[in-house]
Amino acid sequence: MSLIHASAAQLLTQLESGEITSVELTKACLAQIDAADKQVGAFLKVMRDSALEQAESVDARRKKGEKLGRLAGVPVAIKDLLCTQGETTTCASKMLENFVPPYDATVIAKLKAADAVLIGKTNMDEFAMGGSTENSALGVTRNPWDLKCVPGGSSGGAAACLAASMAPLSIGTDTGGSIRQPASFCGVVGLKPTYGVVSRFGLIAFASSLDQIGPMARTAEDAAILLEAIAGYDPHDSTSANVKTPAYSQSVKQPLKGLRLGVVKEHFGEGLDSEVEQATREAIHVYKSLGATVSDVSLPHSKYGIAVYYIIAPSEASSNLARFDGAHYGHRTDEAAMLEQLAQERAALEAAGDEAGLAKLDTSLVRMYRQSRAEGFGPEVKRRIMLGTYTLSAGYYDAYYLKALKVRRLIRQDYDAAFKNVDLVIGPTAPTPSFAAGTKTDDPLSMYLGDLYTVTANLAGIGGISIPCGFSKSGLPIGLQLQGPPLAEERLLQAAHMFQTATDWHERRPELS
Amino acid sequence: MSESPYEIVIGLEVHVQLATQTKLFCRCSTQYGAPPNTQTCPVCLAMPGSLPVMNRTAFQLGMKTACALNLQIPNFTKWDRKNYYYPDLPKGYQISQYDLPMSQDGFLLITDPKQQFEPRKVRIIRAHLEEDAGKSMHDEAAGKADSRIDLNRTGTPLLEIVSEPDMRSPLEAKAYLTELKLILEYLGVSDCNMQEGSLRVDANVNLHLQTPEGKVATPIVEIKNMNSFRAVERAIAYEAQRQYEIWLETKQKIGDVPKQTRGWDDQAQITRGQRHKEESSDYRYFPEPDLAPVTTTDEEIAAVKAQLGELPRQIRDRLEEQYKIPAYDADVIVNQGQTTVNYYETLAKLSGDGKLASNWVQQEVLRVLKERSLEIDAFPISTERLAELVKAVAGKEIDGTRAKDVFAEMLDSGKSASEVMKEMGIEKVDDSELENLCRELLEANPKVLADLKEGTHKAVGALIGQAKKKNPNIDPGTFRQMCIDMSAKM
Repeated sequence: MSLIHASAAQLLTQLESGEITSVELTKACLAQIDAADKQVGAFLKVMRDSALEQAESVDARRKKGEKLGRLAGVPVAIKDLLCTQGETTTCASKMLENFVPPYDATVIAKLKAADAVLIGKTNMDEFAMGGSTENSALGVTRNPWDLKCVPGGSSGGAAACLAASMAPLSIGTDTGGSIRQPASFCGVVGLKPTYGVVSRFGLIAFASSLDQIGPMARTAEDAAILLEAIAGYDPHDSTSANVKTPAYSQSVKQPLKGLRLGVVKEHFGEGLDSEVEQATREAIHVYKSLGATVSDVSLPHSKYGIAVYYIIAPSEASSNLARFDGAHYGHRTDEAAMLEQLAQERAALEAAGDEAGLAKLDTSLVRMYRQSRAEGFGPEVKRRIMLGTYTLSAGYYDAYYLKALKVRRLIRQDYDAAFKNVDLVIGPTAPTPSFAAGTKTDDPLSMYLGDLYTVTANLAGIGGISIPCGFSKSGLPIGLQLQGPPLAEERLLQAAHMFQTATDWHERRPELS
Repeated sequence: MSESPYEIVIGLEVHVQLATQTKLFCRCSTQYGAPPNTQTCPVCLAMPGSLPVMNRTAFQLGMKTACALNLQIPNFTKWDRKNYYYPDLPKGYQISQYDLPMSQDGFLLITDPKQQFEPRKVRIIRAHLEEDAGKSMHDEAAGKADSRIDLNRTGTPLLEIVSEPDMRSPLEAKAYLTELKLILEYLGVSDCNMQEGSLRVDANVNLHLQTPEGKVATPIVEIKNMNSFRAVERAIAYEAQRQYEIWLETKQKIGDVPKQTRGWDDQAQITRGQRHKEESSDYRYFPEPDLAPVTTTDEEIAAVKAQLGELPRQIRDRLEEQYKIPAYDADVIVNQGQTTVNYYETLAKLSGDGKLASNWVQQEVLRVLKERSLEIDAFPISTERLAELVKAVAGKEIDGTRAKDVFAEMLDSGKSASEVMKEMGIEKVDDSELENLCRELLEANPKVLADLKEGTHKAVGALIGQAKKKNPNIDPGTFRQMCIDMSAKM
């Protein structure tokens, strides 16, 4: 197998044995990016020079016999919302197009400490809002399996770069399904860990109570290796879980004896694509053949998941994005032009003797905020800021936000009840395979339904994984989702690995010209 | 008190900067006066991706204050976001506490030793923690309309203490603030430096008027930007009169117009209307998702209570009781702070005369401190040395006036009381010598003697001056009494 298609686990073995060098591997990935990324558009920025420097340094240190980190020499791609010191971190937004953070996110610091090679920043929906990466203000990403189709979102670039063999590992974030759904669309593995397992420090927040960083890879084993490197308690994030990080990379290969799977009844209803349903049912059979017992479980409140999500996430987003006001960093409108315009408006109103108009006229400060935000944010971000501002406002808080919090609790209780009887729940990751670009952009609600099966895990704070489990007739990947109780990442990874020992969906690669 | 046509109703909101080394949600220093934006980090600059982490010390200082103000501390409290736009608020929201504050339902007792108002229990609605904002500096010189922002103060821990509208006069408001500040200083939870903004006061003021139609209330006005207690007192007095005049003119009642915010102009001694803050009506509060709620056990709360130590009110009561001094004296001493109390107590114990010690501290020590702008720690005369002098006065070895001369000499020479007295030739006059002097003068002044015999005691005054001339060491009081006693037998 050529370097670019190999798994991270294989590459680590080859690097350790000296069979390959990190420079060779990094160059191979960069060559594939050169060859394929014009079509795919997975990267917003390729960190060519620093990646090669890092690879050289790792090789040199390995030669000297120094003790190296867990990911020594392996390229990792980073979703472009993790603050990376000295590198632009844009959130795929004009607002942060030129933003260079003065510090590293904890996950970035951990990757650096593990001697990973940071190969580039991947494209995403602006501020992680979207399900197709079509909301990026800075680039277009295509699905490597079909360039007419979307890679999913918001971690579309993170998933596409894996499918197109540009990097063996990548980091995504998942607020309502943003790791699992693009993993499903691109035929790779994506794990959203339990809330708090990975520090959010340095993750540019979308919805703080839902956001979680997670590993994306082509195999469950690789995802385990990457999760082990980035997980852990962080005193800089008071919501991070103060628990010992399990040795995911060690336990992933242990098969689960007597695994009890619960099929989520509500996931097999209206809106589920028949090919996805069939692939999912076949996957469940595979588990049965591996000795798992399967029973039905019900998550009765999951039908409110999307509604609850689209209250809580925009509410938090409206507040989290308030800091982008042009005052301290990020995009600021052209002030001279703005002041000139304001003066003209004032003069016109004065000339017309329009007292009411004058009273309503912006102060220069308000105009600066208004215009900076109007220019910096894209339509989906604005839509959610407005939604959130509305649902948090005094007259609507109880009817929307507070009620959503209550339903959120019921959703968690559904899971708690289900996990009394089963170890993991199983179902489709997304209701459909990928779709053609442009087909849903005018219909945000239909786009939102893409997170139907994933969003409840974020609301409940539990972990979920998507693994490839088949292909549609048109050749698009289909994803299988497993969800576990809080802190059951080991079990999720083991179950995913079990499946991958019995199937080869994860070994298929798209043909890119 | 004179009959007023209205009753003033006052509620106070006090923002106290807690005396922590570092900010509420990051490890930046809270030191005052550093060059702009030098005490900042990604967290307090609201850099994308940064997250707050609570400073436990700030929470503990909050608990300490809450206990001292008789507030209830729940076992569970959380943080909320208060959303609004302002250039010195970099996150676009302030982390504060909304529906579950860290403490509520307390009170503060205020009394006036001068008895200008009845003792009053001012209820405290709540005290909650929040972070401070930064500082905007507007430079509108030369038509540039330039604004600069200093974020050093951003994230500094504040405790907001909100009272019920239980105060009825500017004097009561001042007494509340004075007692509150004293408690905070005794607890060491804040330096309460008003010039540096460590203690900031907003006052909510309106009037209750008796009209033929019944009692009416005028619209509430919030007065902001007061940087001294005197300013608070004056602003409230001014505002009351202003509201009364407006009422006479407009008859506007509470609810007729929205609550107004006014600022106190200390130069002009008036309040001025302030422009309404943008979107001030709706802060869109919601639970802060980046911070875990804070849980506190009953044991922790009990431990904080146990460590409170004596509070000003308790010390006053004890001083009155233990040293037999009037309430007024205890008030003056306690209001000076713990170090002065310690000085006084040592002096009282060493000299054996609580009241005399109190007089000396109040009249002489405090006067010198004020004149020389000194703190009590730097007072040049030790308690041991001053006690020697007080003892001499108590034992009538020296009269009060001469004792003050001795005190002045001790202050500058660093000598002990006995040394100075010796140098000045001061010694106790023995009884026989005093008797002789008394007899001599009475015999030489038959008119005085006659007056005394008739019971006109003030006549003896004419002799005291002469006696002092003959022997400066005599104690005028003793001399006076002796003359009266002797005259009866002559």
